[in-house]
Amino acid sequence: MAVEVEHLKSIPYFSSLGSGELEAIRQLVFERWADRGELILLEDEPTQTVYFVVTGVVKAFKTSAEGKEQILCILRPGDSFNDVSVFDGGPNPVSAIAMSRVRLYGISKTDMETLLREHPGIALNIIKVLAGKVRHFVSLVEDLSFRHVTGRVAKLLLEYATNGSEEGKGKSPRPRLTQQDMAAMVGTAREVVGRSLKALEEEGAIRMDRHRIAIVNREALEERSGVGGG
Amino acid sequence: MLEMPVVNGELCNLCGLCVEVCRCGALVLVGDSIVVVETAECGYCTECEVVCPTGAIRCPYEIIIEEYQ
Repeated sequence: MAVEVEHLKSIPYFSSLGSGELEAIRQLVFERWADRGELILLEDEPTQTVYFVVTGVVKAFKTSAEGKEQILCILRPGDSFNDVSVFDGGPNPVSAIAMSRVRLYGISKTDMETLLREHPGIALNIIKVLAGKVRHFVSLVEDLSFRHVTGRVAKLLLEYATNGSEEGKGKSPRPRLTQQDMAAMVGTAREVVGRSLKALEEEGAIRMDRHRIAIVNREALEERSGVGGG
Repeated sequence: MLEMPVVNGELCNLCGLCVEVCRCGALVLVGDSIVVVETAECGYCTECEVVCPTGAIRCPYEIIIEEYQ
């Protein structure tokens, strides 16, 4: 399957561009597939390619010298990753692994520079995307620095909860998370996540039902997470 | 269909720890692979995921909003 203009349109980098511009961009974009569990990028390697998720889910993470993993973000269709190495020429700041079978589009540093020279209108889109990423990481630093771990777990559940309407609106479904995934995302150990979920259940905010975590009292969960007016 | 743990055969090293800890017989060593048997006895305790040394077993959660339903 070749790179398709229809998919390029759904990528924020290229939003509001005309068909002529999209066709020119299509010539510079390559396609790559990754199977679940396949490593797409390795931290500190000099890849200098920005990737866009077309289908599937990707996990961006850093690994400590002791092997501990911190998830920085979960990327879904339309999201980009490794933008930083393309724009500052440095090595990959994170590793990225496919959480499902993934279809990716990629642009090299050289081709991105060509795109920006020939279609400078893209620059504002890119700035908005990068600003959104800065906002996300500021929030992550806030969580890791100031929120108690149970509050961080509560916030994570609120962010990843679905009421079943996403699929109906044509949006891609939220990825399912293991307790190990949650631990890596909130910066703690797996067993601590287990205890936090138990505590939230005892408080009546959630109910654990086999493979399902049901939020039964959103207000209580928001209060616990420090999000919202509570 | 019941949601059950998912085993990635490519990561599995057949150590058998998951079979040892499983309290309901949902995980069985058959030949050279771990087979997940769908059973209502499985309470999704996730102990198999905890003990797996290679990350071959995943017990993912669906997070839903049930309020007002």
